Amino acid sequence: MDGFKHLVDTLSRPTILVTFTFLIFFFIFPPSDWFEKWHRRLKFDGLWSKKSLWIITAILVGFFVFGLGDSDFRSIMLKPDNVPITGLIFLLFFFTWIAMSQAYKNDALQEAGLPVDEQYDAPNDKVLVWPDLVYVELISIVLCSAFMLIWSIGLPAPLEEPANPSESPNPAKAPWYFLGLQEMLVYFDPWMAGVVLPSLIILGLMAIPYLDNNSEGSGYYSYKNRKLSISIFMFGWLILWNLLIVIGTALRGPNWNFFGPFEYWDSHKVEALTNVNLSEFIYVKWMSTGLPTSILFREIWGILIVLGYFLVLPPLLAKTKLKGMYERLGAARYSLFIVLILAALTLPIKMYLRWMFNLKYIIAIPEYFFNF
Amino acid sequence: MPKATEKKTATIAPSSPPPAALGQADDGSGVNRRSFFSWLSIGWLAFIAATGGFFTMMLRFFFPNVLFEPVQTFRAGYPDEYQVGEVDLRWKGEYGVWIVRNDEGIYALSTVCTHLGCTPNWLATEQKFKCPCHGSGFRKTGINYEGPAPRPLERFRITLSDDGQIIVDKTKKYQQEKGQWGDSEAFLKV
Ligand code: FES
Repeated sequence: MDGFKHLVDTLSRPTILVTFTFLIFFFIFPPSDWFEKWHRRLKFDGLWSKKSLWIITAILVGFFVFGLGDSDFRSIMLKPDNVPITGLIFLLFFFTWIAMSQAYKNDALQEAGLPVDEQYDAPNDKVLVWPDLVYVELISIVLCSAFMLIWSIGLPAPLEEPANPSESPNPAKAPWYFLGLQEMLVYFDPWMAGVVLPSLIILGLMAIPYLDNNSEGSGYYSYKNRKLSISIFMFGWLILWNLLIVIGTALRGPNWNFFGPFEYWDSHKVEALTNVNLSEFIYVKWMSTGLPTSILFREIWGILIVLGYFLVLPPLLAKTKLKGMYERLGAARYSLFIVLILAALTLPIKMYLRWMFNLKYIIAIPEYFFNF
Repeated sequence: MPKATEKKTATIAPSSPPPAALGQADDGSGVNRRSFFSWLSIGWLAFIAATGGFFTMMLRFFFPNVLFEPVQTFRAGYPDEYQVGEVDLRWKGEYGVWIVRNDEGIYALSTVCTHLGCTPNWLATEQKFKCPCHGSGFRKTGINYEGPAPRPLERFRITLSDDGQIIVDKTKKYQQEKGQWGDSEAFLKV
């Protein structure tokens, strides 16, 4: 028992958990043929069968039932704010499963030369509305309202003491749907993580219909026809958004330290996290000269790295690895696409740099409120 | 669809009344061209007045009758009330100030995290201020060294009054990254 809890705690260390999910992710949602080959060899395509739906749900339920026997796990997961996250884990899996199993079914149909499931013949393209659909809707409305009522009575929102500016709750957590953003705030300057990156997320979502000029797979589920798009979207959605929400809910404790799900929330847990900027790495640690006084000299390396990342990398990729994509999308679409992707990737990159090297900012100009 | 258009004009034309522009006298319905316009202008005027009034009321909300303006300058007792090496929490709740004394003197730190404004906690065992919101850590001096806070905590003006009491003035801030901590009133030598 304790051994198992300890194992879960160890696996929940962010470095291990995130590395593991990153590694496994692209074999589950293969973006290219090479990954797909391994996807089949590792039998991940079996994930979207009826059998695995039941097995995985059973494992999840079993884990939660087991976990609720532990007082630390219980106090985190049964907090009224956190109960939706448990639901979210189940629902996420369930809906991903539905979409993916339908997509795989259609892929198989198309391979056999048959029409996909959602393709209606024109004369039969009808839905019976009254009373069939309306009754279903009525029943869902009644059931959902009843469920919400019972939930809100059974788990009332906690009434806490009046707000006090000189006393922040410890840990102070954002509403659950913003926990991913709060996690992001740990790694970036508040201006970046609070304003620039969220707007980029919204812009990026709005840009999807213009970037994706692949007409296949529109109107029905399919994976084969749009591997890369689905893989990228799922990465952003499942990993960069939802995994961070789950981490923020279950693994962030007092003083915003990381805790395992079975670990006691000790507000005196000491973690040495002394941060170092890139300029300090270069001038103080490696060259031992001390920081230059001129801001430009001090930050030139970071500026070069960031410029290289955003301006040199895209054309380089267009010539080599992403040549096919560049030709398909054209220059304008390609540049927008690649800049959005690179911006999204700064989050995992900076998370790792922080965890491994305690690197704080690549460019740090607090004098002018510019840090990256 | 030319056919439908034709039909439409055909049905409407006979029943439409003669244009008002012909200057006909009042036909008894009570509304002619002239009175229509005067009603229209009255309507618009009323609309403008109503919206104008509404926005004036909204503007009024920006100037509340009572202002919550906590005192910005306060007396913080005599220097010997503060122990060397201690972070004093007694003014944190009321004024949002930590008073710290070291071997050379006393300084007043703002309790506002420079990241996004939460209030950090002083952890005496670890000798650091630790913010519960995103985990920024500050040394006793106020220097940020862990977590996302981009700059050190701010210090307030601290002086001695004639009767020997400490006066903390929150209207004047000193920021380390601007090199202001060396200013004479950012630090009280005792
Ligand atoms: S507000 Fe203090 S760390 Fe974010």
